Parts: sequence; C-alpha cells; structure tokens
Amino acid sequence: MTDTVRESAPGEPPGHQPVNGWRKEYWRKNLRLMVVLLSIWFFVSFVCGILLIEPLNTVVIFGFPLGLWFAQQGAIYTFVALIGVYALRMDKLDDEFGVSERDGEGNRL
Amino acid sequence: MSEIQVWALVFVGLTFAAYLYIAWRSRVKETAGFYVAGQGIPPVANGAAVAADWMSAASFISMAGLIAFLGSDGSVYLMGWTGGYVLLALLLAPYLRKWGKFTVPEFVGDRYAEYVRLIAAVAAIIVSFTYVVGQMRGGGIVFSRFLNLEITGGVIVAAIIIFLYAVLGGMKGITWTQVAQYSVMIVAYLIPAVAIAQQMTGIPIPQISFGQILAELDAMSAQFGLDAYTQAFTARPQLDVFLVTMSLMIGTAGLPHVIIRFYTTRSVRGARFSALWALVFIALLYTTAPAVGAFTKLNLMQGVHGVAADALPAWVQNWAATGLVTVAEGATTIGSLSNKEGSGADLIVNNDILVLATPEIAGLPAPIVGLVAAGGLAAAMSTAAGLLLVISSSVSHDLYFRVVKKEASESQRLLVGRIAMGLAVLVAIYGGINPPAYVAQVVAFAFGLAASTFFPILVLGIFWKRANAIGAAAGMIAGLVFTSSYMIYTLDVFGTEAHAHIMGISPEGIGTLGAIVNLVVMITVSKLTAPPSEHIQEMVEEIRYPARRTQSVTVAE
Repeated sequence: MTDTVRESAPGEPPGHQPVNGWRKEYWRKNLRLMVVLLSIWFFVSFVCGILLIEPLNTVVIFGFPLGLWFAQQGAIYTFVALIGVYALRMDKLDDEFGVSERDGEGNRL
Repeated sequence: MSEIQVWALVFVGLTFAAYLYIAWRSRVKETAGFYVAGQGIPPVANGAAVAADWMSAASFISMAGLIAFLGSDGSVYLMGWTGGYVLLALLLAPYLRKWGKFTVPEFVGDRYAEYVRLIAAVAAIIVSFTYVVGQMRGGGIVFSRFLNLEITGGVIVAAIIIFLYAVLGGMKGITWTQVAQYSVMIVAYLIPAVAIAQQMTGIPIPQISFGQILAELDAMSAQFGLDAYTQAFTARPQLDVFLVTMSLMIGTAGLPHVIIRFYTTRSVRGARFSALWALVFIALLYTTAPAVGAFTKLNLMQGVHGVAADALPAWVQNWAATGLVTVAEGATTIGSLSNKEGSGADLIVNNDILVLATPEIAGLPAPIVGLVAAGGLAAAMSTAAGLLLVISSSVSHDLYFRVVKKEASESQRLLVGRIAMGLAVLVAIYGGINPPAYVAQVVAFAFGLAASTFFPILVLGIFWKRANAIGAAAGMIAGLVFTSSYMIYTLDVFGTEAHAHIMGISPEGIGTLGAIVNLVVMITVSKLTAPPSEHIQEMVEEIRYPARRTQSVTVAE
C-alpha cells in the first residue's frame, strides 16, 4: 500500500541499462552482510552449542558449563543482536543507495 | 472447588473478557476511520503480535517441562525456535513484504505457477493441522486440571473454545488483541520464574541464577539413577541434536501463519524491525524457560525423594485426577522418577504438566497458579486460531475457489472455509486425545514438514532467478513425501507400527534432510527445464530494493 509513494521519483530510466551498476553493488553488499551474520549464527548455535559443547562444558562460569550456556542462553542473545545489526546496517545501506522507503516529507516509513 | 481452581477461572475469565473488549474496540475504531490508510501498525506492536501468534502451547506449556526431563539436550527447542528468526529476518521477511503477497500459497502462485500454488495449499493444510493437534492437547491439559476433567473432556472443551474463537473471525486479524495475549503470557511466565529464582538462590533474575543450582541438580539426578542434567547427548545422539535444531530453525522460517504477519507492517524496513521485536519478545520467554525447567526439576526431586507414597506433596494429588501424574501401585517410598508411562518408576510425571504445576510445586500462592493457567490458554488459543484460519483460507481460497468452483461467491467460500475449520477441529480432537507424542514434539513435527516443503522453495524463489515452477513442484513433493514417510515409519500414527530410528535420527530431525532433498531436487529439475519468464525474473530482481531509487543519493559517510 505504501510502495507507490515514490513511484513517481524522477530521473530513473526504466529497465536494465548499464546505469544500473548500483544494483549489483547494493546486492553484493547485502549478500556480504548476510553471509557474515549467518556465519556467526551458525557458529554460536551449531558449533558452540552442539558440535563443541562437550569440550566447552569443561569450563564453568557462574555455575554454567560454557557449552550448555551457549545452547540455552548465549545463542539466543546473539540471535537478537544479529537481527538488530542487520536491521540497522540495512537502514544505512538503503540510505547510501537511495532506496530507503520515505513518505512525502522524507520521513522513514 | 478448590482455591486454585477459583483463581484459575477468575484469571481465564478476566483475560478472555479483555481480549474480546479489545477486539470490539479496535473494530469500532476501524469502521469509524481511525486507522487511516498508510497508518500501519508500529513494528513493536507487530513484533508482540508475531510473538503471541507464534509462541504456542508448545513454548508456554510444554517446553520447559521437556527441558527439565531432557536436560542439556532440551536445548534443541531453545536454539531451534529462536534461531529461525535470524533466517526469517535475513532471508524471507523483507523480500516477501516487498513482493506484497503474504500467504505462502499466493506468493508461490505468483512466483512459480498456479499448480504449484495448489501443492503449497495442500502442504500448508498438512503443516497447520499437525500444529493444531499440539494446541488442542495443550489447551486440554489446562482445562482438565482446572475443571477437574479427564484429559479427554479437557481436550473437547479446549477444542470448542478454540473453534468459537476462530469462527468469530476478525479476532485474529486484530493485532492489538494479540499484543494483549503476549502481555498475559509473558507476565504469567515471568512472575513465577522470578519468584522461584528468588526463593531458591536469592537472585531474582532466573537467566543468571539457575547456573547456581546446576551442580546440585546433577547430584540429585544421580540419586534418582538418572543421567547428569548438564551432560550433553544423553537423550539424543549428537547428529540428531544437530538435525532437530536445524529442522526447527528452517521450519520456523517457513511457517505459513508466521509469514502472513509481516504483511501488516507498512514497509520493508518495518518487516525487518518486526522480526527484531518479535525475537526480543520471544527471547524473554525462551531464556527464562531453561531456568524454569531446572528449578522445577530440582524442586520436584527434592520434594519427593525418599518420601512415603501416602505423604507426597499436595500437587501430586491435585494432578493425579488428570491422569498425567501417577504413583506406581505398591510403591511405598519414592526412589525413582520418570516422564514415561510404563517405565516402572515409582512416580511418573508427564512433562507437559510441569510449567502449569511449577507454582504449586514451589508452593507459590493460588493466584499465581491461576495466572499461569490463563497464560497457557492465551498461548494455545492465539496460535490455534491463526492456524485454523490458514487451514480455512487454503481450503476455501486456494483449493475450492481455484479448482472446484471458479464462480463461487464470497459467502460460499466463507461457508466452505468454516466447514473445513470444523472438520479440522474434529480430527484434531481425536489427535489431541491420542497424541503421538508430547505437545512440543507434535509441534516439532509440524516444523519438520514446513522445513521440508516451504523453506527451500521460498528462499530459492527469492535468491535464485532461475528457479522455476516445475522445479519447485518437484522439490516440494519430494520433501513432503520423504519427511512424512519417515515420520509415519517411526511413529505410531494411523495405526501403523513404530519402527526404530535409522542412525538415531528422530522424526523431529528428519525435516532437515527433507529440506536438503527438496533443495537438490528443485535445483536439478530447474536446471534441466526452461527458465521462468522474463517477467517473473524481473519481479525477482525488483524485490531486492526496498524502494525506487531517488536521484538525490544521501551518502551516509
């Protein structure tokens, strides 16, 4: 319902002219961010919480065997942080490439 | 009627009245034009609604109890059901929001082809139905305890209420009701958890303080002849832990009734932040759950260890009426404990009752017990209603309207949808009375089915322009057949015999392999057949960019 707001933005030639080099660049940066964040996602859950849980459990902090802590606490906090970083970085990226969604007054939607 | 039951009915009554009031108010506001076009729901509220919609009886009622009995291996549910939001936020939600079609079958119909949409609709019905069975069971446990019914009666009462709730309609669509339900759930979950943490360790933050009792828990477990609580891979082999976790994660990202919620945001950015808020709200409960599991297990074991069978704490008697807690005949003192019927232990506690019984086991006052009952019902109702709506819309909108009767009127479609909902409830009652597993496990099967059917075709549909209709259809069917066959092979459903797990892979973990089968089949078939039309490839390109590029580029640096 709101995507139409800037349909009339001036100056953008239609189609896939070479002018659209920014598209590749934007997408490449998006993918790179995604790969970095998903690597961390995999590391804290599958590596720390499952594959290496037994060696990590030999370290005990505040009563928590470390591997168990990752599996039951640490991984979840990291997931929240990952989505937070993603949402904020994408805001910046959208601004940088001029594709952020704005209403008539230029406020974020 | 006992004091606990009175309080339970008071809280359940009050919260239901509140939901209805909010639904009615929102509706009045809408017709009065309070929600002007373009005034979307803020991401925070939408996040809370996603959390309520998604956290079901499995999260609220069943999960902590399962962790209490599985120990370390219960982590699969914690990581699996939260990690999926990372995938949802990074791979699906923003792009599906930009695409603008939000039921999964509709997106599939647009991106691939009409016939793929039909397969997706059937898969959505199967996934949602499996999920509903878990909710019936969860709601049934609440009613059977607080209305003094056998579990069968409890399931039937729960089913009737869930059905009315969904048929009233609109209710579900109104985000603010779900915000209220989330609030009830989280308050009901945190209050007893904080009270018990304070009682047992002196630190009122359960997330931090349950570390202090883990050593004691390991020692106590040994006295009961059980595996150490913190020991990994006692309940499941390592491979299975890995597969179950992955299956729950990718299943979360493919659930039809969760994806639909990202439509209510006003922008792509809103979808990203909704996913963030949803996980913040979910994490609040999910980081508390392992603490509740650990505290309750210790309390339970300390309360019954070596106690004479006729001098057991009151909660054992209270719950015995549901048939979900049993003391072995002829047992004089309690020396062994199990969650499995027929295990021969002196005391058998079904893990699905643990969260509801937590305040009683810890000796907390009756109003808190009542509050927890209201929270459990909020969890089961909000999710079940959403799922029944997916079933009814898939049957009426995607199947009946598209295949059987193309000229069906709006009211005919509505009727078909309601009949489908009614039938689904009837079959779900049977499933709820004879569940193939614990609530959280039944729900895990639904996630496995979602993982193996939807996740690959959605992700490839967004990230791979070459993915075509025939590939998606083949992949989805292969994934669904593979996964459901293995589930039927290893579970005692439809009267079939349950076979041993192959390589220790449980039916909850098979969804991961099903998703890989789906992925491989889809890529191979797509490569061997013609690419999708220019038009579709163009659409896939367009969803990468939240808005049309403006001339004046603001450089961030």
